Amino acid sequence: MINARHLITTSLLALVLLLSSLAQADLIIRITKGNDQAIPVALVPFMWKGKGSLNEDVAGVISANLARTGLFRALPREDLISLPTKAEEVVYRDWRLLKVNYLVVGSIEALEGKNIRIRYELFDINRQESLLSESVAGNLDNLRNRAHFISDRIYERLTGQKGIFSTRIAYITSVQKGNTMDYTYRLHVADADGQKSRTILTSKQPLLSPSWSPDAKKLAYVSFETGRQAIFVQELATGKRYQLTNFKGLNGSPAWSPDGKKIAMTLSRDGNAEIYIYHLDDRRLTRVTHHYAIDTEPSWSPDGKSLIFTSGRSGGPQVYRINLLSGEESRLSFEGNYNARPRYSPDGREIFMVHRGSGGGLFSIAALNMDTGRMRILSTSPLDESPSVAPNGAMVIYALMIGEKGVLGVVSTDGRIQYELPAANGNVREPAWSPYLN
Amino acid sequence: MELMKHSKVFALAAVLALVAGCGSTGNTEEVADEVTEEVVAEEVLSSDGAVAEAADSAAAAEAEANAASDAILPAINTIYFDFDKSNIRSEFYDVLNGHAAYLMANPSAKVKLEGHTDERGTPEYNLALGERRGNSVQRYLSLQGVDASQLEVVSYGEERPAVRGQSSQAYSKNRRVEFNY
Repeated sequence: MINARHLITTSLLALVLLLSSLAQADLIIRITKGNDQAIPVALVPFMWKGKGSLNEDVAGVISANLARTGLFRALPREDLISLPTKAEEVVYRDWRLLKVNYLVVGSIEALEGKNIRIRYELFDINRQESLLSESVAGNLDNLRNRAHFISDRIYERLTGQKGIFSTRIAYITSVQKGNTMDYTYRLHVADADGQKSRTILTSKQPLLSPSWSPDAKKLAYVSFETGRQAIFVQELATGKRYQLTNFKGLNGSPAWSPDGKKIAMTLSRDGNAEIYIYHLDDRRLTRVTHHYAIDTEPSWSPDGKSLIFTSGRSGGPQVYRINLLSGEESRLSFEGNYNARPRYSPDGREIFMVHRGSGGGLFSIAALNMDTGRMRILSTSPLDESPSVAPNGAMVIYALMIGEKGVLGVVSTDGRIQYELPAANGNVREPAWSPYLN
Repeated sequence: MELMKHSKVFALAAVLALVAGCGSTGNTEEVADEVTEEVVAEEVLSSDGAVAEAADSAAAAEAEANAASDAILPAINTIYFDFDKSNIRSEFYDVLNGHAAYLMANPSAKVKLEGHTDERGTPEYNLALGERRGNSVQRYLSLQGVDASQLEVVSYGEERPAVRGQSSQAYSKNRRVEFNY
């Protein structure tokens, strides 16, 4: 157990070192819808046993992470009546009086050089027992990352579901110079909370549709830098990139297969927008759809055996599925007159998409339940698009417009909590939630 | 004039049917539906008095211009589309005919047909829709006799709006194909 933990710790550490160049334009969190039923937790500031002060408030980061899931509500710091840092100092009765269900205490110890050790403990106040007691290695430069790791451990212990605090998001920003046609597009990768963003690519021509490889080490995306659309693949650790496709017409919607060996995409090389699969090992291209209407925005089923996609074959965009073995196609969305860019939940039971009702109006993010066929509307601003599901299936990130500014929104898949991630300047679009990093 | 316009509608429908037939290996019933839909859309526009009138006066101006020279680059280089549609509105036939005449008179001229959409809907679907709009224009010009090597379609989808804003007026200005010589 200890070995396994050390392994995780070291690999995370290595990753953080590679991600050392950080951009200034982090995203800012604004919670727009809270959950009244959230479970109260208390996070006591971790005691720092070293010189000076730390550049991160570890307990504060954990507290914000837990609150952002909508499942938990952190007790405000001013309401803490005592500040225990270890089990012996915890008086259960005090925390029961504060109506707190769970408590986290901890301390950070300075080791040689920049190294540190974080000890923390999670308590169930009602049952008066310790649920988790661990020691995590780190250094002064990766405190935030360590806080995300501890958040993942606590979240998993309390919900039985893997946490997504150590995952990342990729997104595109565009900045227009005055009212000219001079745009600057940037592809970014940031922590799931919008912090620690760094620019992966800058271009004067449009960038869109970032798609993560299943090992979270590469991104495929669409770039217009050649004057036309082309799909590129870029390694995150090294920045190395290459052009994957250069076909006449559309080269869009790259979607990495769950086994990482194929990329589904939209090409119009045969005259019309159709879906193809590019086999990365032998560069073979197989055509999937054959229809004169638009077929685009492919996405893989979790088992990799079928693709869901948007097709205009009924007269307007609707969501379809094709079985890759039999070639059998079926229409999945019927409610509404615009259903597009589908994405499966990790368990395959729901499909998230951009939806507009039959009466027209708002473009919302909706979830189609594959068992009941019912559509649930999750977002409510007028122009929502690009839903991308977190790897644990608990949250969906999407793009929305506030006035004329594009920002990112996150909604829990149960619809109970919603928050926004605006950038300091420019439009933010095309978010893609990474797979788990370990 | 009315007859000519209708003959163009049917010519367009015939081209669409041809293209549809080539691209499809599947449901012929749906192919038929699509063509009917395109023709209906054109007829609705043709029967609109205001639109027809505008087209007439544009045609008159065009005829004058033609008399001067086919070699002059047409002044209007953008045509507009309806939401989620890629069929050419009849009011723009004359604009396209002007470009066709220019391109045929200048075989060395090349044009990029840049397809665009409004910001509603998804970016990738809009890229495909923008290409479809560009393809409609390309097919129309080819039908008039323009050589395929003079034409290239590039779609920008919703990435390059002509007008900022979220009014229906702004949207209608963004659903377009631009001729970029």
